[in-house]
Amino acid sequence: MKDKSLKKVLVIGSGPIVIGQAAEFDYAGVQACRTLKEENIEIVLVNSNPATIMTDEEIADKVYIEPLTLDCVSKIIEKERPQGLIASLGGQTALNLACELDEAGVLEKFNVKLLGTNIESIKKAEDRELFKNLMQEIGEPVPQSDIVSTWEEAITFSEKIGFPIIIRPAFTLGGAGGGIAQNMEEYDEIVHQGLAQSPINQVLVEKSIAGYKEIEYEVIRDSNNTCIIVCNMENIDPIGIHTGDSFVVAPTQTLTAKECNMLKASAIKIIKALKIEGGCNVQFALDTVSNQYYVIEVNPRVSRSSALASKASGYPIAKITTKIAIGYNLHEIKNSITQTTLASFEPTLDYVVVKIPKWPFDKFSTGDRMLGTKMKATGEIMAIGRTFISSFKKAVTSLEERYTGLLHRGFETLEKADLLKELALQDDRRIFRLAQALYNGIEIEKLNKITKIDKWFISKIKAIVDLEHTLEKKKLDWDLYLKAKQFGFLDSEIIAITGATKEEIENFALQASFKTVDTCAGEYSATTPYFYSTWGEECEVEEFKLKNNNKKTKDTIVVLGSGPIRIGQGIEFDYCSVHASLELMKNGYQSVMINSNPETLSTDFDVANRLYFEPMNEEYVMNIIKKEKPKGVLVQFGGQTAINLAQKLNAQGVKILGTSLDSINATEDRKVFEKLMRELDIPQPKGCAVTSVTEALSAVKEIGYPVLVRPSYVIGGRGMQVVYNDDELLTYINEAFKFSNEHPVLIDQYLEGQEVELDAISDGRDILIPGICEHIERAGVHSGDSMSIYPSQNISRKNEKILVKYAQKIAKKLNIKGLMNIQFIIKDNQVYVIEVNPRASRTVPIMSKVTGIPMAKIALRAILGKSIRRAGFGVGLYKKSNLVSVKMPIFSWQKLNRIDPALAPEMKSTGEVLGIDTKYKRALYKAFLAGGYKFSNSKQRVLVSLNDHYKKPALPVIKKLFKQGFFIMATWGTHKFLEKHGVPSKMIEKFMIDKLQKRMKNGRLSFIINTPTTGKNSQNAGFQIRTIAQMYGIPSFTSIDTANAFLVAHKVFDKNTILTYDTITNYRKKKFLDMFKK
Amino acid sequence: MGTLILQDGSVIKGNSKGAIGGYEGEIVFNTSMAGYQEILTDLSYAKQIVVMSYPEIGNYGINEIDFEAQNPALVGIIAKNFCEEENHYKSTQNISTYLQMHNIIALDDIDTRALVKKIRENGTQSAFITSNDLTQEEIEEKIQHLQEFKISNDVILQTGAKEKYQYNDQGEIDLAFIDYGTKNSILNTLAKKGCKITVYPPSVSAQEILENNHHALFLSSGPANPNEFSYQIEQIKEIVGKIPLFGIGLGYQLLALCAGAEVYKLKSGHRGTNYPVINLENKKILITNQNHGYAVKSDNLAKFIRATYKNLNDDTLEGFEIDSLKVYAVQFYPETTVKAEETTTIYDEWVNIAKREINNKNNEVKNER
Repeated sequence: MKDKSLKKVLVIGSGPIVIGQAAEFDYAGVQACRTLKEENIEIVLVNSNPATIMTDEEIADKVYIEPLTLDCVSKIIEKERPQGLIASLGGQTALNLACELDEAGVLEKFNVKLLGTNIESIKKAEDRELFKNLMQEIGEPVPQSDIVSTWEEAITFSEKIGFPIIIRPAFTLGGAGGGIAQNMEEYDEIVHQGLAQSPINQVLVEKSIAGYKEIEYEVIRDSNNTCIIVCNMENIDPIGIHTGDSFVVAPTQTLTAKECNMLKASAIKIIKALKIEGGCNVQFALDTVSNQYYVIEVNPRVSRSSALASKASGYPIAKITTKIAIGYNLHEIKNSITQTTLASFEPTLDYVVVKIPKWPFDKFSTGDRMLGTKMKATGEIMAIGRTFISSFKKAVTSLEERYTGLLHRGFETLEKADLLKELALQDDRRIFRLAQALYNGIEIEKLNKITKIDKWFISKIKAIVDLEHTLEKKKLDWDLYLKAKQFGFLDSEIIAITGATKEEIENFALQASFKTVDTCAGEYSATTPYFYSTWGEECEVEEFKLKNNNKKTKDTIVVLGSGPIRIGQGIEFDYCSVHASLELMKNGYQSVMINSNPETLSTDFDVANRLYFEPMNEEYVMNIIKKEKPKGVLVQFGGQTAINLAQKLNAQGVKILGTSLDSINATEDRKVFEKLMRELDIPQPKGCAVTSVTEALSAVKEIGYPVLVRPSYVIGGRGMQVVYNDDELLTYINEAFKFSNEHPVLIDQYLEGQEVELDAISDGRDILIPGICEHIERAGVHSGDSMSIYPSQNISRKNEKILVKYAQKIAKKLNIKGLMNIQFIIKDNQVYVIEVNPRASRTVPIMSKVTGIPMAKIALRAILGKSIRRAGFGVGLYKKSNLVSVKMPIFSWQKLNRIDPALAPEMKSTGEVLGIDTKYKRALYKAFLAGGYKFSNSKQRVLVSLNDHYKKPALPVIKKLFKQGFFIMATWGTHKFLEKHGVPSKMIEKFMIDKLQKRMKNGRLSFIINTPTTGKNSQNAGFQIRTIAQMYGIPSFTSIDTANAFLVAHKVFDKNTILTYDTITNYRKKKFLDMFKK
Repeated sequence: MGTLILQDGSVIKGNSKGAIGGYEGEIVFNTSMAGYQEILTDLSYAKQIVVMSYPEIGNYGINEIDFEAQNPALVGIIAKNFCEEENHYKSTQNISTYLQMHNIIALDDIDTRALVKKIRENGTQSAFITSNDLTQEEIEEKIQHLQEFKISNDVILQTGAKEKYQYNDQGEIDLAFIDYGTKNSILNTLAKKGCKITVYPPSVSAQEILENNHHALFLSSGPANPNEFSYQIEQIKEIVGKIPLFGIGLGYQLLALCAGAEVYKLKSGHRGTNYPVINLENKKILITNQNHGYAVKSDNLAKFIRATYKNLNDDTLEGFEIDSLKVYAVQFYPETTVKAEETTTIYDEWVNIAKREINNKNNEVKNER
């Protein structure tokens, strides 16, 4: 039963979104908080990530948006005195922090109980050696391995075992720093990297069992020793590829009941031996020709896999884990889906679920696409279908790529020999090569030999490809059409393959039907509002509506989600979609959510009246709209994914609610927008839209270099670049055309000024601007990658007024209803508008929190026709409080090889943290702390290498660096320049990369200031230095503005400043408190 | 195009993937996601048509090891999709080939979820499954005929052991075993736990078992309505109290009837691997594998019957003991209920009871001397 002594509980979040630790922990965290709230427990929440729902003030009683450091959390514990701490829902970050708090004696000192799994168990699961020992004790097989802390120990192991060897660093996220070594050279590199990245300088070296099946079990245990399997999953990719980078299917498809039971028994034995209380993930390797299996890994906490398992099965793992943490047993908890059965059962599926990762390689063209033990995907999509084939095909469509099918991916022209050779590559495109090979008639047997993918999966993919063959040859009749639909083919694909007309397809008059996800395969009556589509089967939506008939509710409105998390379209849009949906329900509407992302809160079935887990694709969305007949669709909350659907839906007669489609187009269409700005008398950088190279060259003649080149209608500035001359222009323009599809490419004058942005809400009459943010880096860095300060510190009153005036003019002219984001450049005291986004932006969650204005909610009410004057925050620019915040972008370089970490107009960051205080410098310092930057008292070395363009502007910063006691090493040109200006530095040759690498390896370099020479040339020395630095976790500042900010923060540290931490609510109130004091 | 006709008049078309022909049977559903080979050969499904709620069936083929009985006794099986290109290193044949060889009608490309819901709402019922496309007249005639269908009690003469035989002749415990249609895994588990097993056919008399001085008697699982097995119940009654009795599935129901309990038909039965059952003594929970259409009424049990297990989903009785008469029984399948190896199972408990009994007897003999 519930532990009655718990009145107040601290929940630790997972920090910024990075590869390997993403939105799944917002979903888990929110479920945890909701559960605690239901139990009337006071919740204290700490998380440095402002883009999450969990840091909303209505989720917890006290919200600390503060760095996840030992110092900070200790002080919060001292102040709040919670009785319990929940750390198993905040990923590896929270778990590591809980261990630190325990070791530092903080938990004991303040009598805080770690709820759920205890520290000892966590360590047994996380520490490679302890885990191995435990497995040996209970007789569970683990692959031959050794824990090493030095290179010498690693050599001893490799001599004994031979290659290939897997290297896994201890206590790192998503296997950062790990890999498979085929030879001594690779072994040397990966082991050193792993030792450097492991916080305890420890790596596991392990006999490679690549080619085994990879199977996962999601298990829950309570203190009564009841163990249940929520879901098992099978990786379509065999062992060797990180499970986060694998295609995954649930439940397992190729295992006999005996094999399932064998692994289940093992999983239960392990979770019992570890005494886990709550959710846990066990990974196995299973031989393909014998009963031999190995236990690979145990995650003693809620994980990405458990989010997937929750969505795949309908079983809320995070919620149940929380209930168990506060003392309940499984049989004391109701199954929230059936309401009649209990949580102590095992879900059973009557559908098949497929997950596909979403990788950032479309953005990072130079990136290393090879997949291994280190996770590279930023997000994932999930699809539900009645059969494996339909689910798999749907999943591919959910990726939101240019091509929706398995074929036509550019491998058609490959010679057979080349195709076979490339099939051996384990990269993100292997499934598409496999499909092409099947289409070309290569036998399953052969493909299985090369790829090690189970023949069962290959034969299913073959069935899809074969049907494409059939569609090419046979006349399309009813039976063939139905089969194609049941296989997951889109009408557009069928039309393209068969040459049938749209009318012919429409004449079949086949409509999608929808089935319910109910955890029990229909055995019990359930009314879960959680649907997926199927063809030619009974539809359950009408039955659901009948059962849940509520005459009081108004019309139905559809919220379009934002699909998988990718760079440039992250959790913030999920934040906005969730708020929109909740607010719709609050206002009496029927909310319908559509999304394909299993990690997020928006696909939790209780944030909407009905959830459709479907691809964010025009046809799939239209199927739902035909069924739901909504009053309209909300597109402004779901990022570019939703905006891209707006036009297509509108063309089919669907009403777009809020800002009109014409207005959306006006901001994206260069010519229309220019005309608009001229009419409004608002200056903007010179520029134009071009559709050919010749047009581009003549445009540049008029504008003058440097220019900014970018495609229109893309996410996160994809393909955007500053260009200084004709040569560079010719290189980039083609790439830009590729990204742009049928839309033109934009060329703008590049103004290197102060970048400013604001978010606003408009009801068509008035606008409310919660605040103005100023970027630390000068223009030219993507806003998502800039550090940004609220409230702005360096903008004159006069210019502030101009910004507001421009925003008002634009909102009125475009008749904005809902959210809007405007970006400006101020150069030479002149304000230019550079971009208007008539939709939710990345900064909406942050601005909502720092100002206390629930932006998404007010925007939704404005869309529904309510005046923003009635929201209670006035109109125009909202008043500032004493709070100062600094947003810091967070990158995931350590997971991605060969990607230039230089800041550019194209976005590269995966997440963000927020530093908050009442003083700017402290907020800045906190932002760096939250970002994981290390500060140290000892004398530190810094490598400085500047390009010609930035030498002069950088001089004051380098002088400051010297004055603050850093030891400067400089490359030749920079050294000469500094010498001339009287700044002492030690010269170092750029090409002596080996020497530099050694320094970095040994930790004798604190950070790097390196302004990149232009050109995406991966061969240049700067690129190499930067990437090596990232590999060893050494910060490299590629903008002198960021470096300057770091020095400012460092000064706060140097002064031994003692930081204080407070809730976001109190920071906003402090102004009044201060006034009172005076 | 094959056809499925339900007693309630529903007619459902599907692709025929099994044998040619048609059978009447009782339609039930099973919610397991794996284990179709074990389900096909679980003789408790005799004369039934099983709807698999999990859509992909046949993925890993049929192997030589995982059979629960030599031949299946069900008459039909229905799935969303039977796999035609199976793959597993142990597999020796395709599921379709197996079904054809064993004369089982199989239909796929059917909306199995809708069918499961229908059975859930209207209850298990008679049905006719055929590989043929029927005319409207034929269909109407069949529906009429279905009203009279019932699984006759002599089905256990086919599913049970045909004659007495020795399953294994080594073991500390000399166990008599009445096979009404057992699963191999029950015999297997008992043998592993140290039982020497003599298997008897369902027609065995109490006298024959008692004459052979076995240490204990085990009643197996099996098909059909237990209320109709009056001969078997009479025999068991004569043995009760003389040696320890254990029962599983049908065996459990027969023991309950012997003790005067009522056995009634469940609306849609329990068939799957995910049923939570609580041990009423230590409050520990088991996720159990089950296959039964009847249940023992729990609300008017005689005082001497102690309920031991209860189903957490619908509160039905799942196990009982009569200490004074040494009767021990559970409704579910403990041998295929997955637990971590090191934990003691119900079989261990029972084997220990039998061993204690042997010791007591030996002591008695000594004392008499």
